[in-house]
Amino acid sequence: MSNTDTLLQSKLQDVEAADSAQSMLDAVEDLAAIKHEGAIDMLIRVLGYNNPGAAVAAVDGLIQIGTPAASALLSQIDGYNYGARAWALRVLAGIGDPRGRDLILETAAEDFSLSVRRAAARGLGKIQWEKLSEQERQAGQIKARETLLHVASEDVEWVVRYAAVVGLEGLAKAMVIDNKRDLAAPILGGLQDRIDQDEVPTVQARAQWALEKMNATAERVCCS
Amino acid sequence: MQENTTNEREGAPQLTVSQAIANLKQTEDQGDRYYAAWWIGRFQVRDPEAVNALLVALKDEQNRDTDGGFPLRRNAARALGKVGDEAVIPALLDCLDCSDYYVREAAAQSLQALHAKAAAGPLTKLLAGGVAAAVPVPGKPHLTQPYNAILEALGELGDETNNDELTSIIQPFLQHEVPQVKNGAARAMYQLTGKGQYADILIETLSCDDLQLRRSALLDLGEVGYLPAAEAVANTLAENSIKLISLKGLLEKHLADKVGAKTTQNSTALVSGETHTVETRKVMSLMDSLL
Repeated sequence: MSNTDTLLQSKLQDVEAADSAQSMLDAVEDLAAIKHEGAIDMLIRVLGYNNPGAAVAAVDGLIQIGTPAASALLSQIDGYNYGARAWALRVLAGIGDPRGRDLILETAAEDFSLSVRRAAARGLGKIQWEKLSEQERQAGQIKARETLLHVASEDVEWVVRYAAVVGLEGLAKAMVIDNKRDLAAPILGGLQDRIDQDEVPTVQARAQWALEKMNATAERVCCS
Repeated sequence: MQENTTNEREGAPQLTVSQAIANLKQTEDQGDRYYAAWWIGRFQVRDPEAVNALLVALKDEQNRDTDGGFPLRRNAARALGKVGDEAVIPALLDCLDCSDYYVREAAAQSLQALHAKAAAGPLTKLLAGGVAAAVPVPGKPHLTQPYNAILEALGELGDETNNDELTSIIQPFLQHEVPQVKNGAARAMYQLTGKGQYADILIETLSCDDLQLRRSALLDLGEVGYLPAAEAVANTLAENSIKLISLKGLLEKHLADKVGAKTTQNSTALVSGETHTVETRKVMSLMDSLL
């Protein structure tokens, strides 16, 4: 066995052997830190334990591993119970794997838990669109835009609306980079609407900052 | 719509305003009455009949627990702070003399919520005897007075006329051995003096071993809006949801101060046409990283 494999095996055994919430958390953090694809199955298993601290560490670890972790989750997620599914969606949103985009869209609009909707709305702003064909990309971006505009104005929780504003900013950026400025136009209107209409100053402020950044990008692009 | 959703999620029985008022006015079923008092506060029923029924409940003698406490009065006192009618302030002030610790605590919190300037004097009276009197009650899980609630309320009720007096009374509580009391004093001292050294006590608490204390320090910092705490808040070992609420508090206090300095009429987050500063961008970047 190579050194990395030996390390992986010992970290996996530490998780197996953990006998308290704290030792589980420590072991999962150590396992996540080696960012090894061989850790994926164990980290996914941890999402199903009733240990929020360890689940957060596993989510971070899986996001770091990226695409292979998303592949594993996408093939299993249908069989998850609500708790594990919520954690899995945070991972998918954090990775931004475009294969998970419909699941993330649905989650941002409909999930019961505000922290899961929050993560999903944020995640829609960092989908790796470049991995899709131009046609799929445009259709996906329009769907994401409409969902985020809806969530930004309709969700009852300020923090989810805030996350949708951040998501809209990321999506608009991807559209501008793609030279699809016309696709981004409705986002400007949506952000202005939040500045004028949102009852929470923090959401207004974040929408204003998003607009400032978009205007700065526009100036850079047009003047360079 | 929003109310219904919350109500269903909490698994609470559905009530209408008129049912809740009727339940609160009857005395046959103590459980229904107790629940109605909570419900009227939870949904902030601004109805004179509801407020009057709460005022009656505040003097209730029937609903007693095995310790001699007054559970219905506690709920009524809490609800009166949420309903937001200033006319109830005298009745809440009377509650500060109640034999039930939890009624006094609820009254202090509600007086704070109502910004009842008239409460400053009566609340400081409860601090008589200073730290030496602030000791546990034998056989009870609490001290002689609801110190944390009293200190927190006083922090918000100070003004030019009484600031010096309040700080001299509150200062000694910074040495109290119960962390919640010490933190309550630190929070109040920061609000009354604006000195960062007091808010720094709350920042230190963010790295202590007790999760509950870390959580309450996060919320305290958010409520007083101490901007230099932003980074420490984001790095605290606690749920992102609480850290986000705390950072929202920092940001909004800062924005309100800025708006207040420019104009008193504009209630929006930013004076129109103005852009964000380094500080506000920093807080929002931290918030983004916690989503």
